[in-house]
Amino acid sequence: MTGQTDAKLEQVCKIIEKHHSDGSKLIPILQEIQEVYRYLPEEVIDFTARKLKIPAAQVYGVATFYSHFALTPKGKYLVKVCNGTACHVKKSIPVLNAIVEKLKLSEGKMTTDDMLFTVETVSCLGACGLAPVMVINEDVHGMMTPTKAVAEIDKILAEEAAK
Amino acid sequence: MTTDKFVLVNGQEVPIEGEKNLLELIRKAGIEIPTLCYHPKLSVYGACRLCVVEIEGRGIQTSCSTEPEHGMKVKTHTPALRNIRKVAVELFLANHKVECPTCDQMGNCKLEEVARKLGVNEVRFKKIKDFRPADTGSVSIYRDPDKCVLCGQCVRFCKEIHGVGAIDFAFRGKNTYVTPAFGRSVGEGECVNCGQCAAVCPVGAIVVNKHIAPVQKALDDKTKTVVVHMAPAVRAGIGEEFGLPASHETTGKMVAALRRLGFDKVYDTVYAADLTIVEEGTEFVNRLTKGGVLPQFTSCCPGWIKFIEEYYPELLPNLSSCKSPQQMMGAIMREVLPEKLGVKNEDLFVVSIMPCTAKKFEIRRPEFEYAEGKRDTDEVITTQELARMIKAAGIDFVNLKPEEFDMPLGDKTGAGVIFGVTGGVTEAALRFAVEKVTGKVIDSKDLDYKAVRGSEGLLEATLDVDGTKLRIAIVHGLANAHKVCKELMNGEVKYDFIEVMTCPGGCINGGGQPIDFNQAAKIERRTKELYDADKEMPRRKSQDNPAVISTYETLLKEPCGEKSHHLLHTKYYKRTF
Ligand code: SF4
Ligand code: SF4
Ligand code: SF4
Ligand code: FES
Ligand code: FES
Repeated sequence: MTGQTDAKLEQVCKIIEKHHSDGSKLIPILQEIQEVYRYLPEEVIDFTARKLKIPAAQVYGVATFYSHFALTPKGKYLVKVCNGTACHVKKSIPVLNAIVEKLKLSEGKMTTDDMLFTVETVSCLGACGLAPVMVINEDVHGMMTPTKAVAEIDKILAEEAAK
Repeated sequence: MTTDKFVLVNGQEVPIEGEKNLLELIRKAGIEIPTLCYHPKLSVYGACRLCVVEIEGRGIQTSCSTEPEHGMKVKTHTPALRNIRKVAVELFLANHKVECPTCDQMGNCKLEEVARKLGVNEVRFKKIKDFRPADTGSVSIYRDPDKCVLCGQCVRFCKEIHGVGAIDFAFRGKNTYVTPAFGRSVGEGECVNCGQCAAVCPVGAIVVNKHIAPVQKALDDKTKTVVVHMAPAVRAGIGEEFGLPASHETTGKMVAALRRLGFDKVYDTVYAADLTIVEEGTEFVNRLTKGGVLPQFTSCCPGWIKFIEEYYPELLPNLSSCKSPQQMMGAIMREVLPEKLGVKNEDLFVVSIMPCTAKKFEIRRPEFEYAEGKRDTDEVITTQELARMIKAAGIDFVNLKPEEFDMPLGDKTGAGVIFGVTGGVTEAALRFAVEKVTGKVIDSKDLDYKAVRGSEGLLEATLDVDGTKLRIAIVHGLANAHKVCKELMNGEVKYDFIEVMTCPGGCINGGGQPIDFNQAAKIERRTKELYDADKEMPRRKSQDNPAVISTYETLLKEPCGEKSHHLLHTKYYKRTF
């Protein structure tokens, strides 16, 4: 194990301790663990299940029930394209398609191999006035077009290349 | 219980006598209501909606989750209800991999039965669920999620009765399915292989993993000498497959059938059960009198063994070091049969017939090999599989003339026979240990230790043996084992001897027994059958088994001696999952 995974696992232990290893607190515990890893890795779920003395199958059941929890790792930049009613009407799908094509992704594969981007669709981000809306990590981008969306991706790619 | 409270079911007054729900009450009145998700020993799930009834003033409700109330007016088969049930069955069938003729559950399938009874003759809905691959990674059970109706009985059984929870629902909506974590195989995790999930599954989504093919191959191989032995509980089950009650005669028919199938020798695991009692009883008396680790746990159930290795490795020193009867039998056979039958061990193929799916796991433990990669017991087939082989071979079981077991490994006593029921191992051990401790022969009329008979999941008894108080606990259903182990570790309880069986009721209700969805009735029936068989036996104490006596004279010399340790005892290991 690398030092980084050790440090993260320690954080997981702290989270579990904070909740007194109480299985009934499973959802907030998973929520906080997801903040550490940005998803719920298999080994961490198994570890958590053992600590909480809950069957792993049950923890997995909870983690897969709520779409909020992710079981596969996400890229450094999480690109959420809204496809709520307002955004859909204002042509969010072409925006999505442009990004998917730009990043060479496909329906079953929404994270780039270099783990830089993960693309997701969401329903209504509560910013319908700005439809169609795209959010990259915390930054909201309104009134998107396919060209503007690709430009935002290019901007990040350039920044990353400069690092 | 007498009561003046009643429910009107289809106009008929049905007294309320403590039923938990309307469904039980309606069934008591002799009215059959179909169900897929209801199990009387599990929490109510209320998902299949087949059990709907009309209650005046309340409309349509699921009877499994409605408490009976005095004066309720209930209708069970109105046109509206029949329609709901039909639509529900159609919805199940739409998303079900319908392949009845080749399905393992054929003949026992609830979905098929319900569809037939309701007269469902078309399915108007389209499949919406995605294909999920079958789980083939367990030696004990086979799971096919494409046949699952999401009744949740397996999930609740494993969690509520066993406190294991190896499988659960994952995802939601149309993607919901039953699985271990991360879609892994149930064979990889904490599953103890008991097969109870298969026993409760109303459809073919979880079934016993079958090993008929390798056994048939050995039978067809002229270079192999194929020997077989069968567990006590098998005789309280096999008849059900042929509409016969359990009896000495039915057991004899099974022996005859096994010879017709081509088995060269037909022995009885009960011989090894008797041997187990002498070893385990001696071990217990030694621990008791020489200050050994107490309580002593029984070790004949491989489901329980895996469980304690996983959850309570601290208690492994408490586990009797005795192998299970199946593995004692295997070891003895490998030791004596080559010479006796004039055959090399490589050409000796050992099959055991068990009520149990966990035994399939047990034979594959590396401890149980007579040589590198060579198993003591080659294959286990369950009662279910044996019945299938007999039927496939076109044997007219019902009209077979009963035959006797081969000797000497077919010799037995009543003590070994009751191994198959919860409390039986304890009772058999007592018939041995009490004689050992007191030095007096127990009178035959005093052989029934009624205090250790009963159906409670956790039974406690204290027995006075010449002034020594023996504190005994008898446990079945692993959730009860969790309880006892925790209390022991916290020092809250003290016992001398604890029997643990994974399956409720013991092996008579093992996961490999013939399918019968009425758990309470089958346990009661099969329990009685084994106790009756014990009563009929000329010898009822393991130490009186002539074959056991001669095994000590010629091979083992003394119980728990050096040779025994080598052949009949084993070690346990902490397991992580
Ligand atoms: S075989 Fe027993 S332990 Fe394994 S999943 Fe089924 S019920 Fe649970
Ligand atoms: S596998 Fe069988 S018992 Fe389990 S939920 Fe599916 S249909 Fe029910
Ligand atoms: S109780 Fe009997 S049938 Fe059940 S797992 Fe144990 S040995 Fe097998
Ligand atoms: S629909 Fe996209 S923000 Fe509301
Ligand atoms: S039995 Fe009542 S809902 Fe399934």
